[in-house]
Amino acid sequence: MAHDVGQQHPLSVYFWVWGLLFVLSAFSYMVDFYQFQGMLRWSLILIFMTLKAGLIMAVFMHMKWERLALVYAILLPPLAIAVFVGIMAFESTDTLNAREAYFVKPDPVVVKPHH
Amino acid sequence: MAEVTETTQAAQQIALPDGVKGAVHDWGSDQTAFKKVPWGKAMMWIFLLSDTFVFSCFLISYMTVRWSTTDPWPNTSQVFSLDFAGTPVPLLLIAIMTFILITSSGTMVMAVNYGYRKNRKMTAFWLILTAIFGASFVGMQAFEWSKLIAEGVRPWGNPFGAAQFGSSFFMITGFHGFHVSIGVIFLFIVTYKVMRGDYDDDGRKGFFTSRKGNYEIVETMGLYWHFVDLVWVFIFAFFYLW
Repeated sequence: MAHDVGQQHPLSVYFWVWGLLFVLSAFSYMVDFYQFQGMLRWSLILIFMTLKAGLIMAVFMHMKWERLALVYAILLPPLAIAVFVGIMAFESTDTLNAREAYFVKPDPVVVKPHH
Repeated sequence: MAEVTETTQAAQQIALPDGVKGAVHDWGSDQTAFKKVPWGKAMMWIFLLSDTFVFSCFLISYMTVRWSTTDPWPNTSQVFSLDFAGTPVPLLLIAIMTFILITSSGTMVMAVNYGYRKNRKMTAFWLILTAIFGASFVGMQAFEWSKLIAEGVRPWGNPFGAAQFGSSFFMITGFHGFHVSIGVIFLFIVTYKVMRGDYDDDGRKGFFTSRKGNYEIVETMGLYWHFVDLVWVFIFAFFYLW
């Protein structure tokens, strides 16, 4: 029964992914090291993050080789997180606007020396 | 009766369709939905799914407080820099921690691989190596925490900017570090069982389940360990780099 259950794959696949993960991590570190800013920074961070997460899940965690019944059960529910992110992005913009409108800090009091 | 069921199951094992058709078939089979997967592995995946939601909540609350604060967010590149040969290198320790965790993921893969070959010594060796890398990660995190605490970072405030930085930092990295620590303990337990020969063909029965384990447990353990690495990928991107 157990013999057709396991996940056995050639080691070369793992070594490739292992190496790629190192390279991708080095790239994402370089984003900070060379101080890329703005959209370039954010898009690079997201691209390297997605690639790394995808490789770990697909190969190291064997998702690539699992039956779709399991893959769907695990990978579809996190879509709700994307909705949650959207809601909270909306909410935090609102909070920020409210704070800027009503809780603006007074200008720092400059103490003038007496004459 | 039992014989009939086994024969039916055997026939279905052969006729299992693949792809989306297979997914519909598995879910609608009125039997085990997760076929060709040991129950422990399916359960580990479901646990990891719930853990995904926990970490997502932490990261989403971090996003919310960072987005909505009117104070400037501390520059993580400077806060987490370390002096190397007299010059500050940004995020040095974090980069080393990232590479250590990836290395440990690789050694875990090796352990799983040797487990399926029923190679007791090599499995134990790679598991121990993974545990050592994990323990060193926790050690570096302890160093990072002490450094920041010494610099005055607290959950309710810090000298570098928005007060929410400290609470997010301690909450997120603390919960992740806790996961790594549990993982290291988990690794040592599995290593002990591997070395004792529990998962070999003539292995002893489990204390709780009274059933004999097998090397698939190493893969299930591996799923947890890779998940810890996976979470770090997101923490590294969103908390340290963003």
